Amino acid sequence: MSDEIRKDDEMDNEQNTPDAVEPDDTAPEAGEPPLSEPPPTTGGDHPSPWGMNRRDVVKALATVPFVGALGYEAFRKSNIQDEKRDAIANEVQIQLESPAFSEEAISRSSQTIRIGIIGNGGEGESLVRSLGFAHPDWIQARREAMAEDPRDRYLQEWLAQQDLNVEITAVCDVFDVRAERAIAASTQPLRPGDDTRTLKPAKRYRHYEELLASPDVDAVIIATPDHWHAPITIAAAKAGKHVYCEKCMTRTFDEVFPMSDAVREAGIVFQLGHQNRQLESHDKAREVVAKGILGSLTLVETTTNRNDPWGAWVWDIHPDGNPRTIDWEMFQGAAANKVPFSLERFFRWRCWYDYGTGLSGDLLSHEFDAVNQILGLGIPHSATASGGIYFFKDGRDVPDVFQAVFEYPYRDLTVVYSATLANGNYRGQKYMGHDATMEVGSSLKVTPDGSSTRYADMLEAGTVSPRRPMVTYQSGYKGLDAVTTATQEYFASRGLMFTYRGGRRISTYYLHLKEWLAAIRDGTPVSCDIEQGVQEAVTCHMATQSFLQGRRVTWDPVLKQIV
Amino acid sequence: MSKVPYDPLSSPYTKLQVVALVALRFGIGWHFFYEGLTKITNPYWTSAGYLSASQGFASEWFEWLVSDPGRLAMVDGLNKWGLLVLGLLLMLGLFTRTATVLAIVLLALYYIAAPPWVGFEYSIPQEGAYVIVNKNLVELFALFVTLLFPTGRLIGLDRLVWWMRANGENRR
Repeated sequence: MSDEIRKDDEMDNEQNTPDAVEPDDTAPEAGEPPLSEPPPTTGGDHPSPWGMNRRDVVKALATVPFVGALGYEAFRKSNIQDEKRDAIANEVQIQLESPAFSEEAISRSSQTIRIGIIGNGGEGESLVRSLGFAHPDWIQARREAMAEDPRDRYLQEWLAQQDLNVEITAVCDVFDVRAERAIAASTQPLRPGDDTRTLKPAKRYRHYEELLASPDVDAVIIATPDHWHAPITIAAAKAGKHVYCEKCMTRTFDEVFPMSDAVREAGIVFQLGHQNRQLESHDKAREVVAKGILGSLTLVETTTNRNDPWGAWVWDIHPDGNPRTIDWEMFQGAAANKVPFSLERFFRWRCWYDYGTGLSGDLLSHEFDAVNQILGLGIPHSATASGGIYFFKDGRDVPDVFQAVFEYPYRDLTVVYSATLANGNYRGQKYMGHDATMEVGSSLKVTPDGSSTRYADMLEAGTVSPRRPMVTYQSGYKGLDAVTTATQEYFASRGLMFTYRGGRRISTYYLHLKEWLAAIRDGTPVSCDIEQGVQEAVTCHMATQSFLQGRRVTWDPVLKQIV
Repeated sequence: MSKVPYDPLSSPYTKLQVVALVALRFGIGWHFFYEGLTKITNPYWTSAGYLSASQGFASEWFEWLVSDPGRLAMVDGLNKWGLLVLGLLLMLGLFTRTATVLAIVLLALYYIAAPPWVGFEYSIPQEGAYVIVNKNLVELFALFVTLLFPTGRLIGLDRLVWWMRANGENRR
């Protein structure tokens, strides 16, 4: 009897005698055979090496060839993707691997740096906390937030920071409540790292000059409104105190060079508070530009879109704020224009030119500094700005819609800044070159241009496409990924406040402060020094002057004047 | 013709029924296997995005899963290796019933993590249009069918397993 015929016979047999077998849906299934039953008594004319009928072995292994065939196809597909990735990697010659990161512990025997905080408002308190000194209310609030949402990791991340070996020894704030909050934070016992010291409370000073004269202060954080940045920094430099100053570096152009001269002459360590200098993605962006991956870069577009009162500086007015708790004269001391006591002006100072420069000094300064880090542009040749108060007609005198165009003819490049405080559409920061476009945020994405000369062959071959990024760098992840998914795209557009080191999320404030402290102790460089600060301040003030004067302004690098 | 003694290796189905049922089992197995393989070979892959965007009654639990790096690594590992191993077992027809049940559990988790119910919007784009029923659910139903109409012992390594166990028992 041939195999074939016998098979058919058996199949017929199976079909015709279903009652002969226990139905499979009720039968004990695979893995649990009915062991009480006898072993199969199938024909023994073709025994397999195991003693099993060959036909049974064929049935047992019938799907294996299919697994092999599909496995081979999967292997081929993966090879094609690898080839594409290798082709891109070869072309761009870039290693986007995250640098290995191991934080060196700061020894307790290192110099303890005694910090004075001048201006303990929202930003000041963030900075003090980033140093390891949180107000008890913040810790409580974070604990509650964590209980409510397990994804809230602020407290753990803060506690995972290093002990920076600093003390908050002094505070100067014109508002009693904020001064008291700094004092409370200075002795708060829950701190990052192994810091279990019992510390003396910070001493409050009514005037910054008194604080600067104190022998208990090595360095100061200046987080006052902008109009106080220059006078306090100059005084601190004269007193030999190191300075971490918030942006915008000065309120006016006239203050820029006296301030930078004072810092340089005193030889103090100065760090400007652009914490996004610490973004890992910015390092990668610099690498992309340096390797010429974008081709001739002619246009950079950078933007701010916010759409809530808080984002437009309509900040809370503290219920305890009044002429008895706020030293109004001290507050407006450096302002050009003196007005009677105003809670709005005190708590929402960014809305008035007397204390700041609105979008220019607050948000253009961050955006310009990001572009300046990546491209090393320096002060532009010219600036043209326009805008108006179009939405927040609440008595402010700074615009809430603001556009500025900066020309760099010697770099064949224009930088456009575009902002509105009444729309939240995310536009990001784009670097537009002949060969590719780079979008930078907390992540980075390079997409080839359809008419690129450099990538023409790869575009032709379909290795790269203008419809998908050829290089993406995602904070928190490692490596080069040329094949992005919708999920990756989605996360690429998220992320603020933090960067990643070795895959770990870390506060950029903390890193920026740590860099400043290392510079004080060991003389290592800071990333946003006074020279970078001058470039930031002059650029912002060119935009402000252009807006206020309604004309294009240019920079005279010889006379160091805006003309 | 004498009555055939009880033979768990013989089939209650027609040839074509066997082909259809094995094709279904194998197809789902391959889908699982390749989903697992791509996740294992992609160093950036994590379930964090999918799970943290979770909606519905179990969303808090899924968010809890991703909120801790150690927990997330475990979830990721179980998921990708689970897909690979279950896929392989389904394709080969080995321990088919257990593999099918676990695969159904996995699909149910995917489904309840992001149920396509009215009122839920997901920011991660989907490749089709769904309400209530999505492909995860259909695949789950299909596995349910293969659970009730098993084929592992007809076409699959379970045939071998059963035979060896039965013979082993017999020798004793």
